[in-house]
Amino acid sequence: MKRTILAAAIAGMGTIAVAQTAPNEITFGEYGQIETSLSGLVGDPAAGLEIMVNRGKGNCIACHQVTALEEYPFHGEVGPSLDFVGERWEEADLRGIVANAKMTFPESVMPSFYKTEGFVRAGDGYTGRAAESEIEPILTAQEIEDVVAYLMTLKE
Amino acid sequence: MAVPFGQAFADEDADLVVNGELEIAVRAPAPAHVENLDEITSGWVYRSTETQAFQLDDFENPGMIFVDSGIESWNTVEGEAGESCASCHDAPEEMAGVSATYPKWNDGAEEVRTLTMQINACRTEQMGAEEWAYDKADLLNMTALLASVSRGMPVNVAIDGPAQAAWEQGRDLYYTRTGLLELSCANCHEDNYGNNIRADHLSQGQINGFPTYRLKNARLNGVHSRFRGCVRDTRAETYAVGSPEFVALELYVASRGNGLGVEGPSVRN
Ligand code: HEC
Ligand code: HEC
Ligand code: HEC
Repeated sequence: MKRTILAAAIAGMGTIAVAQTAPNEITFGEYGQIETSLSGLVGDPAAGLEIMVNRGKGNCIACHQVTALEEYPFHGEVGPSLDFVGERWEEADLRGIVANAKMTFPESVMPSFYKTEGFVRAGDGYTGRAAESEIEPILTAQEIEDVVAYLMTLKE
Repeated sequence: MAVPFGQAFADEDADLVVNGELEIAVRAPAPAHVENLDEITSGWVYRSTETQAFQLDDFENPGMIFVDSGIESWNTVEGEAGESCASCHDAPEEMAGVSATYPKWNDGAEEVRTLTMQINACRTEQMGAEEWAYDKADLLNMTALLASVSRGMPVNVAIDGPAQAAWEQGRDLYYTRTGLLELSCANCHEDNYGNNIRADHLSQGQINGFPTYRLKNARLNGVHSRFRGCVRDTRAETYAVGSPEFVALELYVASRGNGLGVEGPSVRN
């Protein structure tokens, strides 16, 4: 937590570039957690909410029910409810789960949102065609941070 | 079951009886080669009560209009040989039970043929006519006709003998996690049938109901086009409609439905 605040403070000064962690540079903890902000900045929970419900972005509610997002229709049942997830997990755990859930839950059906290698028949978005250039992760480093910031608001 | 926000509910215990008399098995014990299921169920079971109702009466089933177009084609002479399907096969009812056994190994051609491939083989080799485009209207009308005369008969696809290699290839494809979302057919249709994924109520992804009339696009839809859509939704590079991979996958998926009643043309959303 201390580090993210520091990074944000530095970014606020607008002079020093903050270090972003690329998907293949991540150090996962023993349980799949990621200690430091992937973008080097703090996340914005309001932006995170948009990503959670957007079909082309996180589309998290495709699989998860979230009571606080009740006004956005159609919540799935493939994963557990995310209500109070900010109490069940530390920020570092949630960052790890959103970036690459398979490090925490092996074989999980939950997609890895911050990953660029090791796919079978990677496509170009939802076109059905092969990915042409280098693969972009589904969410950017900052978008991961925004989602994590939103998840941290899901408390009693 | 937690009540998800904004979902229409299906009557998952309903039975399918068409026109008050034709019983179609929408549930059956899983065949031994389907390792991870005890019971197999038709996609009809997971649709909303309103969508289910379309199939209870042939006058309400929009797919039956295309069966009529199929009958017209059946009787139409086309190609250099001056033949129609009827000139060799008599009435369409003579084909009762045939669609339940496809895809099937063809000895002469030494290949696994889908019903579509067999129809096109008759067109090119027997009639001297042009192939119909895979999963396009003419073909789907004909597969709808051939399915309709087999309705209620149990799917019974052979997976051994010369078909085994293709079947195994299909099984591998079924369990391969593809695309940026890294999801396999099994992740959605074996691990999560009965669950909602966003607005969709997941079925077992069976193909006993094909071709399907979808309310979403108001026309008949073929098996490979559906496979293509599902693979595309994993953010993957899909296989082509009519490709050897999808032929193998169709054989495998069809075999997962051995015992369900043929339902085509069915109605889905
Ligand atoms: C295709 C389905 C799917 C999607 C999409 C998905 N998840 Fe998950 N998620 C799961 C499943 C299943 C689990 C349970 C872990 C497991 O696999 O055992 C899970 C677990 C979690 C957990 C841990 C919950 C707990 O209490 O243990 C969090 C947090 C989470 N997901 C957040 C997200 C976020 C945020 C997104 C979108 C950016 C997302 N998920 C998208 C399927 C999904
Ligand atoms: C991300 C989830 C997902 C994946 C992965 C997926 N599907 Fe689907 N599939 C769906 C949804 C949603 C539907 C529409 C509702 C239903 O019938 O399940 C569907 C429908 C189908 C249907 C139509 C069933 C009917 O009764 O009309 C078939 C067949 C099918 N899928 C086969 C497959 C095959 C084969 C694969 C793998 C190549 C696959 N699906 C992968 C989500 C998925
Ligand atoms: C000139 C004769 C002839 C015509 C015309 C013809 N067929 Fe055939 N059809 C055959 C023969 C012979 C076979 C057996 C082929 C084989 O086993 O390789 C066959 C097999 C089939 C089968 C598979 C039957 C099974 O039990 O597996 C189907 C389905 C079929 N035809 C449909 C059609 C349709 C639809 C048309 C018209 C578009 C058509 N046929 C036109 C001669 C014909």
